[in-house]
Amino acid sequence: MSDETLLRLEDLTIAFDDAPVVEGLSLEVRRGETLALVGESGSGKSVSALGALGLLPPGAQVSGTRRLGDTDLARLSTRDWRALRGGRVGFVFQEPMTSLNPLHTVARQIGETLRLHQGLRGAAARRRSRELLEQVQLPRAEELLDAWPHQLSGGQRQRVMIAMAIANHPRLLIADEPTTALDVTVQQEILALLAELRDTHGMGMLFITHDLNLVRRHADRVCVMRHGQVQETGPVSRVFERPESAYTRELLAADPTGRPEPVAHGAPLLSARGLGIRFQRPKKLFSRRPPAFEAVKPLDLSVAPGETLGIVGESGSGKTTLALALLRLQQSHGEIEFDGERLDTLHGDALRRQRRRLQVVFQDPYGSLSPRMPVADIVSEGLRFHHPELDDAEVDRRVRDTLREVDLPEACGARYPHEFSGGQRQRIAVARAVILEPSLLVLDEPTSALDRTVQKQLVTLLRELQRKRGLSYLFISHDLAVVRAMAHRLLVLKDGEVVEQGDCESVLTHPSTDYTRALVEAAGLFPAA
Amino acid sequence: MALSERFSPITRRRLAVFRGNPRARLSLWVFLVLFAVSLGAELVANDRPLLVHYQGQWYAPLIVDYPDSEFGGFLPTPADYRDPYTREAIEADGWMLWPPIPFSYDTLDQELDHPAPSPPDARHWLGTDDQGRDVLARVIYGFRLSVVFALALTAGSLALGVFIGGVQGYFGGKVDLIGQRLIEIWSGLPVLFLLIILASLVEPNLWWLLGIMLLFSWLGLVDVVRAEFLRARNLEYVRAARAMGLPSRIIMRRHVLPNAMVATLTFIPFLFTGAITTLTALDFLGFGLPPGSPSLGELVAQGKNNLQAPWLGITAFLTLAVMLSLLVFIGEGLRDAFDPRHIQHASGKATPAGSQRQTATRSAR
Repeated sequence: MSDETLLRLEDLTIAFDDAPVVEGLSLEVRRGETLALVGESGSGKSVSALGALGLLPPGAQVSGTRRLGDTDLARLSTRDWRALRGGRVGFVFQEPMTSLNPLHTVARQIGETLRLHQGLRGAAARRRSRELLEQVQLPRAEELLDAWPHQLSGGQRQRVMIAMAIANHPRLLIADEPTTALDVTVQQEILALLAELRDTHGMGMLFITHDLNLVRRHADRVCVMRHGQVQETGPVSRVFERPESAYTRELLAADPTGRPEPVAHGAPLLSARGLGIRFQRPKKLFSRRPPAFEAVKPLDLSVAPGETLGIVGESGSGKTTLALALLRLQQSHGEIEFDGERLDTLHGDALRRQRRRLQVVFQDPYGSLSPRMPVADIVSEGLRFHHPELDDAEVDRRVRDTLREVDLPEACGARYPHEFSGGQRQRIAVARAVILEPSLLVLDEPTSALDRTVQKQLVTLLRELQRKRGLSYLFISHDLAVVRAMAHRLLVLKDGEVVEQGDCESVLTHPSTDYTRALVEAAGLFPAA
Repeated sequence: MALSERFSPITRRRLAVFRGNPRARLSLWVFLVLFAVSLGAELVANDRPLLVHYQGQWYAPLIVDYPDSEFGGFLPTPADYRDPYTREAIEADGWMLWPPIPFSYDTLDQELDHPAPSPPDARHWLGTDDQGRDVLARVIYGFRLSVVFALALTAGSLALGVFIGGVQGYFGGKVDLIGQRLIEIWSGLPVLFLLIILASLVEPNLWWLLGIMLLFSWLGLVDVVRAEFLRARNLEYVRAARAMGLPSRIIMRRHVLPNAMVATLTFIPFLFTGAITTLTALDFLGFGLPPGSPSLGELVAQGKNNLQAPWLGITAFLTLAVMLSLLVFIGEGLRDAFDPRHIQHASGKATPAGSQRQTATRSAR
């Protein structure tokens, strides 16, 4: 490892319309090392990287020294910029679904950067593209060259993006949350690949992320940002062991901790027997209908009163589909029994009355609240429908009580969802559910769109509600750290099949299948082990 | 200010964007003033006086039909206040207050200096048509008729289109499939021919035309509304509402419809201009309103038949051009106001730079 500095930023300040977003950022990336830029959403991580390389829209004001090797970035012409981006600097973005053009094949997209920067065409470009795909360890490289982006999985697309980024031997690779949209096991593979490529090509890497777990394992030095200001910079081992700033300490301690209170096992509140979900595949003209796709293979599960059943699995494993089926929002077959009554045979009004007792909180705090209704209306809507006998004053009183219970100011009822942060919105969604006094709450990835510190608060709130109201939870998540803090029992799903089921702690500490073991390892739950 | 406080912030922002667009705001005011004037057309252009004082008594001919015998005549028929004999009789023992244009849309002026169509002069500000009727009066009444017709047609198509599109989009599946096929067949019918054929079967009046055009004008809206409902029915807050146990009709009305209305509202001004154009075209061809109605299309036809009287064609053209342009400008303003990418600047001006800023902050996440 040499000490050659690739990127040096000094006192970088970025402002939009005179409102500073990044203030006085100084950092340097050396050859062969990974510098992690860490912070919660809105802390200015991505803006800093984009601003340093002149990728921000014209409205942004960027000042400060920016040097790439011996080039002064502040004084580059448009033409020089174009040669530099994709040439000496490679980018990998967060969203593998949208950062590839859906109308071009893989070979064509890689070939484009090769043609622009190296003038390679035709067979030479194809040969080089193939080499690159092999370098990013994609199997069947020759076949994949002619594949369209929609034929690739998320991890494969991200590998193609990396292949494009390293196509022109960049000195510096900027990876902006490269693994956030991927499953945990795929995350590890991608980051290992990036580290390997960094070493073989002698690149420097600027790794932007919000996930401290990844930083601990995959970065050499770390720079912690908050509200556009650097909190702390230093080697990873030092920062993690002896954090200097209070904010870093807060971030490090933000992993949800604690365990739910134990419950006595009683008669199950909700149980399913042989519950499965099939999706009919479309029939082609003159051909036989293909067999139905089994999103969830028939399974049994039960939740006791006051208990939390965690459902974990990677994307596409059927977690959410299963939850929707239990709520009767998705057609399924098999028996569902809720509080001694068959739920799967109910229809119309009888089903609607039962729905009051079976509530749900969805993943996306931005999408699950109607943007045109004030908070009080959102929270009280179900109450007014299921209890038409309540007068306005009583509804109002209950709304305020519930808002207080989820730690929201009572006065916020007149405001609209967009005035709230993600964590607050999720609390509104919880309030909307618990105001109906349900017995079971389905939580579908309630924390995955939130920052770590906010996740921790929500987990604490949910445990508190469970203790006070004796609620049962069906807690769906891919994040084992959160599940561990919430669930009594655990059900591991893979491709619609139950891989493992049992007491949460024992499943996590002594996984009996390879799949669970891989999940636990990737989540880095037990760093000591 | 108290009123705007009650609006949601989104609505307030939209109002601000609309106000920040001077052309749309001006057009809206001009159009509203013109429409208000034309609504009181009877007070502006009429062949009866607004008020009569005769033999110490007050008469309001606008409201009550007085017989001719009331004013010294001997016929029991309604009085003709333009008749020189009646006028002299009244003015001898009282007075009359005339509207600024003393002709209604169907008043035949018997005292023209020129053969009809007569050119504009102090008596007929825009001249007369080939039957000696005052063009300005006909324009005012015609404007009102066109706008009211378009309003009724738009409201009707809105109700039908939103209902049918909403049901198709929300329930999807077979309802949608069958509904869409039926609509495709229905929209294949040639509207103008159907109107022309029907015009020969029945005596077309305003209601017939409205009804027949209503049968087809909602088709365009269905696609917009259906697409919005299709999209919205899988949004999480709609799912949450279903999980809450709300019935479909409440979900559709309270959660889905308000979001679908944005796309629909931007469609309205163009539906409106379309309705006016169609009515004018039918009148021009002679298959529209019954003869004698104050219609702009008929004025266009007169302009075509009387090229020696250019004031007819020019008036018709200018009226239609101004009215349709105003509506299009208003429509553009509305569309921009409802466009979420059209973010306001801090100064209150809507500029494209604002939208870039939003993209930047979004990518910064």
